[in-house]
Amino acid sequence: MSFPSEVLHLDLKKSDDSKNAQAESILKISNLDVFHNDHHILKKINLNIPKGKITAFLGPSGCGKTTLLKAINRLTDLHNGMKVTGSIQLTGKEILNGNNDLPDLRQKMGLLSQRPFPLPMNIFDNVAFGLKIQGVKNKSEISDKVEFHLKQVALWDEVKDRLKSPATKLSIGQQQRLCLARGLAVNPEVILADEPTSALDPTSSRKIEEQFLELKKSYTIILVTHILRQTVRLADNIVFMYLGEVIEQGTPYDIFQNPQSDILKNYLNDGH
Amino acid sequence: MKKRKIIEENFFKYFLAFFTYSLIVILFFIVFEIAKKGVPALSWEMMTEVPKGGFYFGKEGGIYNAIIGSLYLALGASILSIAVSLPVALFINISLVRHVKIQNTIRLIFDLLWGVPPIVYGAFAFSIMIILGLKASLLAGILTIAFLIMPVMIRAMDEVFKNIPMGLLESTLSLGATRFEVAGIFFRQALPGIATAFLLGFAKGIGDTAAVLFTAGYTDYVPESLGEPAATLPLAIFYQLSSPIEEVKARAYAAAVVLTLFILVISIISRYLSSKVSKNTVT
Repeated sequence: MSFPSEVLHLDLKKSDDSKNAQAESILKISNLDVFHNDHHILKKINLNIPKGKITAFLGPSGCGKTTLLKAINRLTDLHNGMKVTGSIQLTGKEILNGNNDLPDLRQKMGLLSQRPFPLPMNIFDNVAFGLKIQGVKNKSEISDKVEFHLKQVALWDEVKDRLKSPATKLSIGQQQRLCLARGLAVNPEVILADEPTSALDPTSSRKIEEQFLELKKSYTIILVTHILRQTVRLADNIVFMYLGEVIEQGTPYDIFQNPQSDILKNYLNDGH
Repeated sequence: MKKRKIIEENFFKYFLAFFTYSLIVILFFIVFEIAKKGVPALSWEMMTEVPKGGFYFGKEGGIYNAIIGSLYLALGASILSIAVSLPVALFINISLVRHVKIQNTIRLIFDLLWGVPPIVYGAFAFSIMIILGLKASLLAGILTIAFLIMPVMIRAMDEVFKNIPMGLLESTLSLGATRFEVAGIFFRQALPGIATAFLLGFAKGIGDTAAVLFTAGYTDYVPESLGEPAATLPLAIFYQLSSPIEEVKARAYAAAVVLTLFILVISIISRYLSSKVSKNTVT
């Protein structure tokens, strides 16, 4: 039997291992359970998310990856019948206790959804919105930052002449990059990306992936995906989930070259 | 088998068409009757003058008092009502987002209020006015109509907010926005729908007779303050139509033409606004 990595033509190096082991963790999830009414969506999740890395939550649809992502910035609060127990700590501070300053907490964790949801305003204001709600009033500071973040996501050249036109006029790939710029403008610590390329064409997907590799120098990124190749291209750390449980966690080498469980082996064989 | 299907298909097609076009024909018949009787009596004088001596016997004067009274009432009530309805609709869709049962209970309550006959609103307001010792006035009419159209506005805006994608709420919250800032985004997103809700309420308010019967009273003059009674078009129609004099009856139809035109214009504007999704709106 050939290893999935060979089928996927991966060039995986074992040396990745030691780097991850040393990385300091930014998020610590312990004994996390999520219920939706009687349905037990996430079961006793224990995870450490390393700082300054791309961690991919990998697994088939319905395995709970998006729920885990949303529990991290407490978007699970918005859903009827959703109950979250356990502990999630962001740099040592508990997220799940009720008396948190939610806007402040969520601002630290930017969200990039499956499809872009630009705000109902023009391109410039989309990026400026986050700055304004943080209390930045100085107009030149706002426009400098808008320009900086639009350049950061390689969108500036495409939109600099039409900053005042509605964000919805952009292509879906451009909208997704705009949403990334909008999220970066509020200076998050973690970027939560929920299958961010699933609605995009290959070129736009590639651009987002390139930006992620660039952004991991300054941010921690959690990427929900079911695309094996994307995981290989981007992830430093992979969490494989199945039916609400973490089955395996490790470097791309561990996961693709040396899978331990039958569930993961089957998933990888189905996936190539 | 095939023949049966063809018959079935045609029967269904003509069955639906019959009811639809019948209703349209009836509507046109009503409008035609009003226009036939009302348009000859319509004149510039009638639109711009208040009733003069002998007006109710078919002599000079017009329904200016009722036109202006109706506009004052409907506009005042609509502004008051939207100021209350908008926060209610936002509350249901932002603060109660995870309490689906409470949301649905509140929606049911407003649906019931929508169904309460206007005369009940009128009688209820009238009993409060008696307790407080108030007379029929423009203000009392505005308040009553405002309560009457609130359920319409709330539910109309609620439907618009309900259709805002969850992803927009999540994205906005993820930027660190407070609920107040989210409300601002919802407002921008739903602006055409809010305008439509306003005009729907306005159209219901301007056409209502029963709620203003006890509360706004009737007068031959244009009210100059909120404390004075106000005439309305529906009541002008009602009073004049009960007259045995032909000229007076014709004026009732002319007033009906004016009211129908108002509602037509409002409907066209609201259709236009709801079809023209705001250029910035995310779908």
